[in-house]
Amino acid sequence: MNAFSHAQSGNAYNFGFLDEYAKKEVRRAILKAIAIPGYQVPYASREMPMGRGFGTGGLQLTLSLIGPEEILKVIDQGSDDSVNAVNLRHFIEMTCPGVSTTTKTTECTLIQSRHRIPELPLTSNQIVVLQVPYPDPLVVVEPSEDKRKTMHGEADYSRLLVKLYEDIVKFDEITISHRYPTRINGHYVIDPSPIPRWDVPKLNASAALILFGAGREKKIYAVPPHTKAEPLAFSDVPFRVEDFRDEHGHRRACTRCGCTDSFLDEFAADSGSKTYQCSDSDWCDEQMLLARQTEGEPA
Amino acid sequence: MSYVAIKGGGRAIAGAAAVTEFLRTEEGLSETLAEPLGIDAILHQLRHLVDRVVSEGGVYHPKFAALAIKQSLGDTLEAAFALRAWRSTRPRLLATPPLDTSRMRLIRRISSAFKEIPGGQMLGPTPDYALRLLRMELMDESPDAFRAVARAWLDSCPEARLPDSFPKVLDALRAEGLLPPVTGRTQAAFDITREPLVFPVPRSAALATMARAETGSLLAVAYSNMRGYGDVHPTVAELRVGYLPVMLPHPITGEPTEVGEVLVTECEVVAMYEADDAGGKPMFTIGYGACFGHNEVKAISMAILDRALQKGMKDGPGNPSEDPEFVLLHVDGVDSMGFASHYKMPHYVTFQSDLDRLRTTQQKSGEPA
Repeated sequence: MNAFSHAQSGNAYNFGFLDEYAKKEVRRAILKAIAIPGYQVPYASREMPMGRGFGTGGLQLTLSLIGPEEILKVIDQGSDDSVNAVNLRHFIEMTCPGVSTTTKTTECTLIQSRHRIPELPLTSNQIVVLQVPYPDPLVVVEPSEDKRKTMHGEADYSRLLVKLYEDIVKFDEITISHRYPTRINGHYVIDPSPIPRWDVPKLNASAALILFGAGREKKIYAVPPHTKAEPLAFSDVPFRVEDFRDEHGHRRACTRCGCTDSFLDEFAADSGSKTYQCSDSDWCDEQMLLARQTEGEPA
Repeated sequence: MSYVAIKGGGRAIAGAAAVTEFLRTEEGLSETLAEPLGIDAILHQLRHLVDRVVSEGGVYHPKFAALAIKQSLGDTLEAAFALRAWRSTRPRLLATPPLDTSRMRLIRRISSAFKEIPGGQMLGPTPDYALRLLRMELMDESPDAFRAVARAWLDSCPEARLPDSFPKVLDALRAEGLLPPVTGRTQAAFDITREPLVFPVPRSAALATMARAETGSLLAVAYSNMRGYGDVHPTVAELRVGYLPVMLPHPITGEPTEVGEVLVTECEVVAMYEADDAGGKPMFTIGYGACFGHNEVKAISMAILDRALQKGMKDGPGNPSEDPEFVLLHVDGVDSMGFASHYKMPHYVTFQSDLDRLRTTQQKSGEPA
């Protein structure tokens, strides 16, 4: 598409909001990110009309990749209907005429997400764009970006491993809850964005391309399809995902769909007791549909 | 059982927008005639607000800055943000060559280094020496009185013939050998709108970042240097405010041609001298600040920080204001306000994950060793 065609046609905004040069620049950074798995590619992040921290990095990736034939899903905290997801989806619909949106993980070709990767295994026809607040896992041990860059280049993650070790000494447990440092393709360690530990194994050998966009910090990185992704751990202290067992050791189930193998959100009921539901709303709907179909079948 | 996660997000957003719009127009309910705020009124009567927004927005479009102020109900962070976002939609077609600020059409220029400067001191519009007493007569200003003030001022103005340009104070110091000669003029400026900051960055990248930085953030870091977390001890060699001609190459002849002018504030500070490493003469050092609009505090803060950062880049930072990463990555209003606001978004998943870690470690700490 010509960079000026829309400006001349009187439409106030270009397809995808950004001018074509900006989108091309983002796509070049994406290609570099795919070529060097886990490497944080610096790029000239543009200001978007929503706040830094609300997904402007992910949005720039989405807008640079999206074409009119795309089927887009936008989620936040696993839900298609949370305020920020709705806001981003509206904006993309407004600035990308012709694009269709869906809430179904099975239907979409492009997923923009904050804090979750869908429960349903993704396919090679799909791209996941994750929104990233802190792109560098080393920031917890080294505030200077200049020094961190050298550490990444040398694959020097000793201070990060020491941090994990200190956790074990102090708490007998690694206390990193989300944004779990993960080594990609045997070299670069990434911050996989604030996904829970539950979602980290989904990065490994994923069929779908997973892209990370940090707008405020001006970085793009990628976990290409079928690439090794290993959360940092020790041979005697393995990586562990969130534990959803109750006090009797039984796996809690979603109170809505009954699923016992999904990430659960915890809700305090008015009575003071706790209830649990799937964080991934589309997954939950699909499980309910499945259950109903099974019930409806003649015995 | 219904799904408890926030539902109806779309309706909630529309409702929030509607009630904000109600607040903007609420005055229209009153019996007396309530005029909507005109863009021209903002441009002229709230000019320093516009100055701040064009500067922090990083694009010289005073009219759209006024519009941004109107729609954001006067929130400078929001207004600068909207202007920046608008700029993301514009392709950049040309870059100007470096502009010569000695050609500025001045409205104000002062030096605190010398009583007499070539071309003379010109106080111009400034509240510096005004008493900050509330002017109660403005509470209910009549349109007639409003018009009369402007007319009376113009009528009383002498037909002074001002020169087209004023010499720079620094040039005089440089001619005396008190300042080092200008170097690096041939280096292309770093374009922060097209390249991310990867440290170490050249001085031009630092200057560009500060030129569109949030005024309060810049002031706070510069103030820390002035107060004792630093030792710049500046003297304002020259502060000038005026309209700077913008030159672009003529599309056919290639000759530099004036295409318009922008209101800018420029500040040059001189700091205590340092000895030359190679054993040459000791010289004063310079800090430079410049930004769109009439923003003197910002230009002075920037000049002080430029000096502090040059020192930090040379000798290693001795305090936060001398650390390029600390200063340059924390002064952008769009970045910092956006990130502060994002904490209002739901963090259910990460908090659930936090709970899991805390409960597990609590459980373990309760267990007998």
